[in-house]
Amino acid sequence: MEDLCAKFVSQKLSKVRWRPAPATALQPPELFATGSWDNEENKVSIWSVGAVESVSPNGEYQGEPQLLCDIRHYGDVMDMQFLDQERIVAASSTGSVTIFRHHQSNQTLSVSQKWERAHCHVDSDTSACGGASCTGVICKNPEIVTVGEDGRINLFRADRKQAVRTIDNADSSTLHAATLLRTTEILTVNSIGQLKIWDFRQQRNEPSQIFSLTGDRVPLHCVDRHPNQQHIVATGGQDGMLSIWDVRQGSMPVSLLNAHDAEMWEVHFHPSNPDHLFTCSEDGSLWHWDTSVEVSEKTSFLHQGGRSTFLSHSAVNQPNVNQSVVSAWLSNDPTKDRMEITNVIPNPTLSVNSVDVLGPCLVCGTDAEAIYVKRQLFA
Amino acid sequence: MEEVDVEPALTLVPGVAPGRGRLHFQWGPGEMLVCEAAFPGAGHGEKGPGCPYIHVLRKDQDIHLHTLRKLFNESHGIFVGLQRSDEELSGKSRKAQLVGVSKNYRSVIRACMEDMHQMAISTRDPALHNQYSTQVSILSAMELIWNLCEILFVEVAPAGHLLLHLLDWVRLHVCDVDNMVREVLSSENPSKHELFWNVVDIFVLQGRMEDARHLLSKEATANPTSKGMCKILDDLMKKMPILGLGNTQTLTEMELKWQHWHEECQRYLQDGTFASNPHMESICKILLGDENAILEKKELMTTWYHFLVTHLLYSHPAVKPVELRFYAQSSLDQFLGGENSPEPLDTILMAAFEFEIHQVIKECSIALSNWWFVAHLTDLLDHCKLLQSHNLYFGSNMREFLLLEYASGLFSHHSLWQLGVDYFDHCSEYGRVYLELHIERIPLTTEQKALKVLRICEQRQMHEQVRSICKIMAMKALRNNRLGSALSWSIRAKDAAFATLISDRFLKDYCERGSFSDLDLIDNLGPSMLLSDRLTFLGKYREFHRLYGEKRFSEAARLLLMLMTAHIAPCSFWMTLLTDALPLLEQKEVIFSAEQTYELMRCLEDLTAGKLDNQKLQDDDIETTKVEMLRLAFARNLARAIVKEGTLEGS
Repeated sequence: MEDLCAKFVSQKLSKVRWRPAPATALQPPELFATGSWDNEENKVSIWSVGAVESVSPNGEYQGEPQLLCDIRHYGDVMDMQFLDQERIVAASSTGSVTIFRHHQSNQTLSVSQKWERAHCHVDSDTSACGGASCTGVICKNPEIVTVGEDGRINLFRADRKQAVRTIDNADSSTLHAATLLRTTEILTVNSIGQLKIWDFRQQRNEPSQIFSLTGDRVPLHCVDRHPNQQHIVATGGQDGMLSIWDVRQGSMPVSLLNAHDAEMWEVHFHPSNPDHLFTCSEDGSLWHWDTSVEVSEKTSFLHQGGRSTFLSHSAVNQPNVNQSVVSAWLSNDPTKDRMEITNVIPNPTLSVNSVDVLGPCLVCGTDAEAIYVKRQLFA
Repeated sequence: MEEVDVEPALTLVPGVAPGRGRLHFQWGPGEMLVCEAAFPGAGHGEKGPGCPYIHVLRKDQDIHLHTLRKLFNESHGIFVGLQRSDEELSGKSRKAQLVGVSKNYRSVIRACMEDMHQMAISTRDPALHNQYSTQVSILSAMELIWNLCEILFVEVAPAGHLLLHLLDWVRLHVCDVDNMVREVLSSENPSKHELFWNVVDIFVLQGRMEDARHLLSKEATANPTSKGMCKILDDLMKKMPILGLGNTQTLTEMELKWQHWHEECQRYLQDGTFASNPHMESICKILLGDENAILEKKELMTTWYHFLVTHLLYSHPAVKPVELRFYAQSSLDQFLGGENSPEPLDTILMAAFEFEIHQVIKECSIALSNWWFVAHLTDLLDHCKLLQSHNLYFGSNMREFLLLEYASGLFSHHSLWQLGVDYFDHCSEYGRVYLELHIERIPLTTEQKALKVLRICEQRQMHEQVRSICKIMAMKALRNNRLGSALSWSIRAKDAAFATLISDRFLKDYCERGSFSDLDLIDNLGPSMLLSDRLTFLGKYREFHRLYGEKRFSEAARLLLMLMTAHIAPCSFWMTLLTDALPLLEQKEVIFSAEQTYELMRCLEDLTAGKLDNQKLQDDDIETTKVEMLRLAFARNLARAIVKEGTLEGS
């Protein structure tokens, strides 16, 4: 807990995101972006965290994130993703989607592309168009997918002014979040507890598959896909429940885990260490779920027991290894002793709206206008 | 009504000429709307108002200062922590806990002050610089008052220890001299510096004996002639008895030693040891507690409370809390010397020295432009059980009154409203009512914000507000033609009437277009279908369509009939249902049994009989044809059914 550092920033934060590290770099991340909500003037800001060892001349530990630059954002920042090293895509409550470019040479931000009213409600009488919140974005350079309160799905390309593909009324209720499943497939969650898979190869404006929690219709607020095993998906709902799904089979979640006391706003698998999962919630808590204990036991067992036969049965064994790793999240009986859960934030008060993890670092932003940075997640 | 303590401040509304315009105003929860009123007849029948502006007057100005948001947010966490803290802790640990909380509050003020100071330095705009500097001085005054209250009311230090705390308090807050000290110490030859003796005096006045002795040793080495004197003065300073915080010696022991030391100083002064050096002589006088000698250093102390503490240090080191008020009053009088009248800060500190807690809070409320300070301080003192006896002639008690004012201010802010919720929660008497009234006025710009407000209401079982929020959101969705969302919101609020309304919209859409929109929603209604009859019908009717689509005709037929006979379907929809029966009647195999066909016929007759009375004339040809066709289909089906049933029984 010692290396958890808090900074009050005088704006309510809705999103925090680490800048993705270049593929070759091994250093921990240095920059992150934040987006604010519910301020009279909202902002997208870029912050730097000093290197772990950096100590200023007067012997003071420079732990606090430093503001590098910020830019005005119209409406609440509803979602935000890095498109690449320099560009950030922000979704607004006004329905617009903006790409900001971060100029690292002089530390400024500028608007490089903007789609006004990417999401809107069309008035049936006047056919006027009123903005509807854009609630989620997925970035896979150069493609950008957005979903919104109007139930629409947009597919943009960063270099084109017009949407490449639009599915109107894709959902009759609000789409809360989306994640990329495979190259052409996305998965959305909505306010009546459904997961839908959409395939952009199909011309039909219908989901290719629908999953739902039986009967309860508990709204789902966030979704993330396992970084290595594309069929494993985690979602978080209004009741704070964490659900793990296997999209290959069944239309019901594989496991339901009681978690937070209120809305779960975000869920993230650790991108390079997917045995670890992070969830944050309206109740002010941020949880670190760790299944690595069990997995390491299993894999080591497999390695010891299977080494002699590994070569001869390599073809057969390969899927087995996978299977055992999978079971960490997909086992039907995730009893507590197998999973280690720790609360990262002491003395919670207001909602933790967003969390992001990269390498050994974690950052989160809260309604209490604080940024928390933890630099030694696995220490 | 009590009398007003000070004349209320006058606020000029810009753009309204005094004497000409008539002001009209409207109270709001945290603010007031003011506009120039145009009364009929006043302006020769002119229609336009005199002034096209509406002005907003705010009660709590500081809430809207961007720079103070950090203070509000950080102190909110401390406040919540204090409310959750364990009341059951026994005397000593509870006191330590409360002192800890008080120190946390102070460190938050200090952090905010430092930030503001940085901003004042870095800004180039003189107006902004002034604004920041003013804020810094206000924050520093708040911290000064808080610290004194902490020593006197929270820590409740006993005689002896009290003075040590007061010394720390003075050292912490009289920092104008720090620059001077730094300058002298960093010079090449400190003892030759013109301010050298000033610095030594400052150290002595603040009771920092170690520092003073360190400087004296420099003088001794630089100036051999005064070496002897320095040695003696150094010795006196070293021997000065001090009651350490961790010390176990009793007060009487301490007083005995003090007496001894005092006499020794007296002796040196009288035999003229320091006569050749006026600086050292005056220091010796200070050590003896000579009021005039101390007062001579007025410039170095800058404030009367510094004078008070120095005076106590060298005259009454074992001062008791109850005696403080006398010394404080005389120090104030002596220091100001009748030249200046005391400022608000002086009055507040004086009230604290007099242990008049209510006076402190009252004066602070008048002097400061925010409720933050008094609300948090009063809450802390209330947790120290110091405010139980006092009752207001309005509201519940002072703590609650101040917290309510502060939280109302937070709610008038665009983004800080979330903090206000916890403050209302901890006002037992009126907090709930305030919260109910304020939460309804939060603008619901996005669904996410609505969800957050809704969560606040649901956690507190505020059913009325939950219903209201859901209804607002459902109406918004309905206006945007998002029937699915609208239905979700009304299901969440368990609002049967609204669910009926939306179900009707769905059915109307179906009648117009011949197909359902938002199937994903209707197919997944689940138990929430039972919320309203119309919703049940919608769900069941959709189920009929699904069964029909899956070619499960007999099940579909049974469901269709049930919808009418059990009166689930609204009468206006019966004709549509009967028409839906037509394709089933025309199937090759017999689907409706004879008995079911009779029932269908009765439904049709009920429907037409009801219409015969009043609507016959309006019935157009299509309707009549429909009825004719239905009758024919029923008759044919009945015939086939009778034959089939007869055959089956016979075989």
